Amino acid sequence: MKSSRVGDGTLLAALGALVVVLFVLSLGTGPVRLAPGTVVEALFGQGGEAQRVIVQEIRLPRAILAVAIGGILGLSGAALQGLVRNPLASPSLFGAPQSAAFAAVLTLSLGLADLRSFVLPLAAIGGAFASVFGLVAIAGKNASHLVIILAGLAISSLAGAATALAMNLAPNPFAALEIAFWLLGSIDDRSFRHVVLALPFIVVGAALLVSRRHAFRALTLGEDAARSLGVDVGRLRLAVIAGVAVGVGAAVAVSGTIGFIGLVAPHLVRSLVGYDPGRVMVPSALAGAALLTAADIAVRLIPSTTDVKVGVLTAIIGVPFFLHLIIRDRRTLAGGPS
Amino acid sequence: MSVPAFLSIEGLAVRLGGRVVLHDVTMEFPRGRMVALVGPNGAGKTTLLRALAGLLSADGIIRLDGKAVSTLTVRERAIHFAYLPQDQSVHWPLPARDVVALGRYPHGAVDPAHLPSRDGEAVERAMVATDVVAFAGRPICDLSGGERGRVLLARVLAVEAPVILADEPTASLDPRHQLEVIRLLRAAAAAGGVIFVATHDLGLAARFADTVVVLDGGRVAAHGPPGMALAPQVLADVFRVGAFRTDHGGEPVIVPWTVV
Repeated sequence: MKSSRVGDGTLLAALGALVVVLFVLSLGTGPVRLAPGTVVEALFGQGGEAQRVIVQEIRLPRAILAVAIGGILGLSGAALQGLVRNPLASPSLFGAPQSAAFAAVLTLSLGLADLRSFVLPLAAIGGAFASVFGLVAIAGKNASHLVIILAGLAISSLAGAATALAMNLAPNPFAALEIAFWLLGSIDDRSFRHVVLALPFIVVGAALLVSRRHAFRALTLGEDAARSLGVDVGRLRLAVIAGVAVGVGAAVAVSGTIGFIGLVAPHLVRSLVGYDPGRVMVPSALAGAALLTAADIAVRLIPSTTDVKVGVLTAIIGVPFFLHLIIRDRRTLAGGPS
Repeated sequence: MSVPAFLSIEGLAVRLGGRVVLHDVTMEFPRGRMVALVGPNGAGKTTLLRALAGLLSADGIIRLDGKAVSTLTVRERAIHFAYLPQDQSVHWPLPARDVVALGRYPHGAVDPAHLPSRDGEAVERAMVATDVVAFAGRPICDLSGGERGRVLLARVLAVEAPVILADEPTASLDPRHQLEVIRLLRAAAAAGGVIFVATHDLGLAARFADTVVVLDGGRVAAHGPPGMALAPQVLADVFRVGAFRTDHGGEPVIVPWTVV
């Protein structure tokens, strides 16, 4: 089709290239700075022994997780926005990371699992599923922005309170401290064990979401019209809930809560691809991957005595962005469903 | 009747929340019919359309060309029954052409950026018929109410379904566009379809419909050619109005005139 839109192929190639560049920069960033050329050499088994260990064993898992987690967060945000037809939807707003974190913290503080166990992502997926399912149920067929936001706020607050309670009652105060730091959200010092824990789930969640992208476009006309076009809206809803829960739950299990990527990424790509909720999906995943990788590079460059957690940085940048969107859209927000 | 039924409805009933909102609707229509669905607010017009579209679970049997539609897959049903909801909101500012292209979704053409030529032609035909080609590339949210209504009608025409279920397609349109929309739907009927139009406009129903179905409290109160279904006694009983009646150029004119 001829139009003034950026060609999908060109855009995907450009975003993909951006992710690759950031990925290489991420591998080069740390106490020992490596030039991109050295990084690429080390990545393919060339160069010195020390560089190879730094790149392949210390930094590669972290860089892979940044791309995967950022990607699934961007994709989940785009999918949730498509499902509820609301540009303010995101995994954080749905309480998904918070609820996943609660389930993970509960598992940890009860001593049912440690940070390297498969039980952790499964518990986190369960928590995320419960919160997203609950919110989609509350949102119902045609909820206003206000209902969704208030319900999301309630679910997030409940998950936060439950997390605090679980830590409060944790038998071991040192464990509680460790959990508190983990909750801030970081992919620092992660190993291939963490990649193995999270990546399969993230890939499954992403595949589930991407496979539904065209249905979101039909949903633009409302639920009745979409169903009359042959979209099984009930199944679509379940697929999105499951995809977000599996992807975000697994991400939270290895990184703690990293918020706002899912809100910001779809907005950034909309200026390039337009509002089509199907066309936003894959670019949004790439933008999310680029954002989290960039943020994870930034936390290593910020001069400070204790390292800043990447989840803190994304929230510090994300919340003002969220406010900006609210201020920009406040007239339509007041008017209920748009 | 000598004309074979194309669409037949037998004992259609709908229960919503324990309450029967549509009672035992039985009727049949040959191809090429424009059917006006009239009745006071809450009479069950939208319920009947949604049941025909398969959006509500209903008792009874609907047959299309002799085949029970319950045996159709969701997609086959979507290809045969195109539904234009009363709620004309579009939640994202998609280009008008992409909205029309959604009409090809049930045909498997799910991506408007890559429409097979057969589907692209159907989209083109619908856009030409509704005269929306001029703003094909504009976001639908930037269009006026009338333009948006025509784009959404084009979306329904693009399905090229034999049965079209239009819920108040003329509401919120200016007189000229009302006449145009009705002309387009009549053309779709003339092409061999069965077109249902739910409307509050008794004048349009009397003038343009081949068959008028009057619903009242979920039951069919009258059903037949406009002159019969919209007889003074029906208007008095169902709508509780009296009408001014005349004809103009051989076509009936009915204007609700007095409160009974």
